[in-house]
Amino acid sequence: MGYPHSPHPRETPVLSKYFGDRNAIGLDGWTQRGGYSALEQALGMQPAAIVNIIKESGLRGRGGAGFPTGMKWSFMKPGDGKPHYLACNADESEPGTFKDREIMRWTPHALIEGCAIGSYAIGAETCYIYIRGEFTDPLRAVGEALREAYAKGILGTNAMGTGKTINMYIHKGAGAYICGEETAMMNSIEGRRGNPRIKPPFPAVAGLFGQPTTINNVETLAAVPHILTNGAEWYKKFCLSNPKSTGTKLYSVCGNIARPGNYEVEMGFPFKDFLYDLCGGPPPGRNFKAVIPGGSSVPIQNMAEAEASIMDYEGFIAQGSMLGSGGVIVFDDAQCMVKQIWRLARFYAHESCAQCTQCREGTAWVTKIMERIELGQGTSRDLDTLLDLSTNMTGTTICVLSDSCAAPVVSGIQKFRDEFEAHISGKGCPMRTTTAAA
Amino acid sequence: MAESTGVTLTIEGRAVTVPAGTSILEAAKLAGVLIPHYCYHPGLPVAGVCRMCLVELEKAPKLAPACATAVADGQVVHVHTEKALEARRGVLEFLLINHPLDCPICDQSGECELQDYTFREGRAEGRLLESKRFNPVEDFGGDVIYVPNRCILCTRCVRFMADVVQDTVLNVSERGDRAVIGKFEDKDLTHPWAGNVIDLCPVGSLISKDFLNKARSWELDRSPSICPNCTQGCNAIIETRDNMVVRMRPRSNTDVNQYFLCDTGRLNYRWLNETARLEAPLVRQGQRFVAYDWDVALREVVALLQRRRVFVLASPMLSNESLFALKRLLDKTGGAGAFRVERGPEAPLPGVEDLALRAERAANVRGAEMLGFAKSDTPLEGLGSGDVLIMADVGGAPLPVSAEALAKAGAVILLGTTLPDIARVASVVLPVTSMAEEEGTFTNLRGRVQRYMQAKAAPGMARPLWWPVGDLLGALGDRSDAYIASDVFTALAAQVPAFSGMSYDTLGLRGQVASDASRPAGAAR
Repeated sequence: MGYPHSPHPRETPVLSKYFGDRNAIGLDGWTQRGGYSALEQALGMQPAAIVNIIKESGLRGRGGAGFPTGMKWSFMKPGDGKPHYLACNADESEPGTFKDREIMRWTPHALIEGCAIGSYAIGAETCYIYIRGEFTDPLRAVGEALREAYAKGILGTNAMGTGKTINMYIHKGAGAYICGEETAMMNSIEGRRGNPRIKPPFPAVAGLFGQPTTINNVETLAAVPHILTNGAEWYKKFCLSNPKSTGTKLYSVCGNIARPGNYEVEMGFPFKDFLYDLCGGPPPGRNFKAVIPGGSSVPIQNMAEAEASIMDYEGFIAQGSMLGSGGVIVFDDAQCMVKQIWRLARFYAHESCAQCTQCREGTAWVTKIMERIELGQGTSRDLDTLLDLSTNMTGTTICVLSDSCAAPVVSGIQKFRDEFEAHISGKGCPMRTTTAAA
Repeated sequence: MAESTGVTLTIEGRAVTVPAGTSILEAAKLAGVLIPHYCYHPGLPVAGVCRMCLVELEKAPKLAPACATAVADGQVVHVHTEKALEARRGVLEFLLINHPLDCPICDQSGECELQDYTFREGRAEGRLLESKRFNPVEDFGGDVIYVPNRCILCTRCVRFMADVVQDTVLNVSERGDRAVIGKFEDKDLTHPWAGNVIDLCPVGSLISKDFLNKARSWELDRSPSICPNCTQGCNAIIETRDNMVVRMRPRSNTDVNQYFLCDTGRLNYRWLNETARLEAPLVRQGQRFVAYDWDVALREVVALLQRRRVFVLASPMLSNESLFALKRLLDKTGGAGAFRVERGPEAPLPGVEDLALRAERAANVRGAEMLGFAKSDTPLEGLGSGDVLIMADVGGAPLPVSAEALAKAGAVILLGTTLPDIARVASVVLPVTSMAEEEGTFTNLRGRVQRYMQAKAAPGMARPLWWPVGDLLGALGDRSDAYIASDVFTALAAQVPAFSGMSYDTLGLRGQVASDASRPAGAAR
């Protein structure tokens, strides 16, 4: 459902089926819609059997990296005598992404059910849901749903009357993009500065409070109850292209497009149809120029690449970008790419945690150069310098924030070099989108 | 890291075997390869943030931080390939874009790791066309000034205060390139060990108020020494300029002080620069002292010693060598010796086992006790009426005597670095060296015997105390052929069982623990 638009017939609403349905938010309404039957079923199963079903379903992480969820869960060794933790990453700080927000606003119990099943499957008695601090509405909704779930005995020391313990807490983020990185998130939950940690050790070995921990995205966990209810085979059938990408995926669409919003389609959906049919194409009188298909951290596509893309993990890689978080940002021909990339770089410079040298200094320097080019003070050497800095910022740091800043710069220069050169030779923005005061 | 089986890897073509769990950076040190680094320090938890130590591993797609990557069997590490060099050149350029390049007025210049690695591997020219970041200088309290513009955010200081001192004073404030080292409100770097952040800082960002603008690092002469300011015996480096001690810094010894030195130790060096020094032997003639040659003065002393009991007021700042000479004199003449030690509050460094600024504020209390001198707050109690009192005073504390006590003595002989008014009753005054002007050994509170080297020239005719005492023994018929400190120590080791088997060669620069039955072996350090 392209909430707030009416659903498009080519969508496959599974997670988004109840977006916009106020009656689905509360526990009563949710149970009437079949909620918590999957948890009941799960608590009667062996944890390993649940992990196997998820493995079989082909579910992959929806936060950006696309790591197979069942395999991630299987890293949590049962019976190691240590407390296990599940952390649900609801920080959703990736620019252009707002799918988890809708899941939490409209179907908070779907998330809680997914978290509870996930906790049980990995042998965790405690789950933290790390929600972005700016998400006041989702925070309220998930908080209220948690209270209901505890009051009804769904959670707690006797979850659904099975004698099993599943405790769940909300941890509110404080506004740092980097806290969406899983190890920074763990530091933040522990009360430390949200700096990413060096890996190894990986979270499954030493994560939250030094104990084995699994971190999953909201959308990933929300899909789990559906898979348990309907079976792995059912989920695997949502696949129009590469069998390594299964299920449905939520996309948040924003930018210069007729109908921005959230859309849920099967893996393998053609991106061209998605942009022009589901989302209604460019605004009247305009043409698309570029797309960032998976949140601001992935490389920019030109329209030839975008229109040739298949919407799954492999399909976007084949066209020079990534599925990422599914945050689709669309630029039309009235936009200056230099200004847009400067804006992205400024975001990363602001959000760098300042640990690694390349990121702390590089993101800020790239931003200064981009600003200079946009304001007409670019030099002929700037593009080479930018590409060189980007090389040094890629694959050299603890986390990938630095890489994420470099990706749009490199792809922008590669694909829209003429615009950069026009700024430099013309001593300013040919589109006059920016004045010196900006 | 106590695995019995080692891991063998190749670093820059050199095979090296190290215990499992060792970092590539530490393994490289053993292989004789320095991997450039900033945030890594062996005394601190690994942060892995400066990204300077990136090295190329065969069969690995990405460069690996050598400080945070454990060794693996058969690993092949390349430190100086074009890919690794390019990455480090990038890091250096990033570090320098906001660095002021004020090396000509920076105290760290000449001992700056940013300077060193930039000179070795950095780009010749910067590419930054924009203005640099600016933040004002801040007083961090204690001896420390913070110059944020020079800071490379390696966080060594933050980790030292949090994990070793365990007194969280510093933090990283702000994010991105606005980040600076911050100080928590109402907190200062006043912990007795906080000054170590100055040495830990690889650049000129945390600097010493005491050393500020005093000397350029290349003007300094450095001598391995032992901090004389308490019984811990921290290994130190005494740095002098124009024969003046201008700085004392820690020298690493993992058996004693790891990499650290307390503020009391590092700042209490001015007494080694005493200028009102005795420069020649003095013999009393009526109401005044007359300077003489050593031979004349020593003859006077020998005359005074005839058929009299001797009492030695020793000093816990004396070397084992000098104390041994005095002990032999007592053995020859009969008599006793005692000393007093100054005391102050004890201040442990929580993150390091058995390391503290000790309450007893002198270097060789243990050595003096082991050589038979009695520790007492009233050391002259044992002075018999008519005894010859030999007072040793090599600085670091006031002479613990009163005029009444001195009046009991039959004669007073001072072996001193200075001539305090109260000692003007002496018949003979012999000029001796301070610990900075001689070579010798101290025994720390755990019985560790450690050498210190001469750091500056002695004034005038001053000699190490064991030297004139040896001449006195010779004159008394107990001649020894000790001409340098190591000869004295060899004789000491031959005669005193606790030191048996030791020599300057076996002590080296890390010391050896004396065998002393009075202490359980486990407590020795």
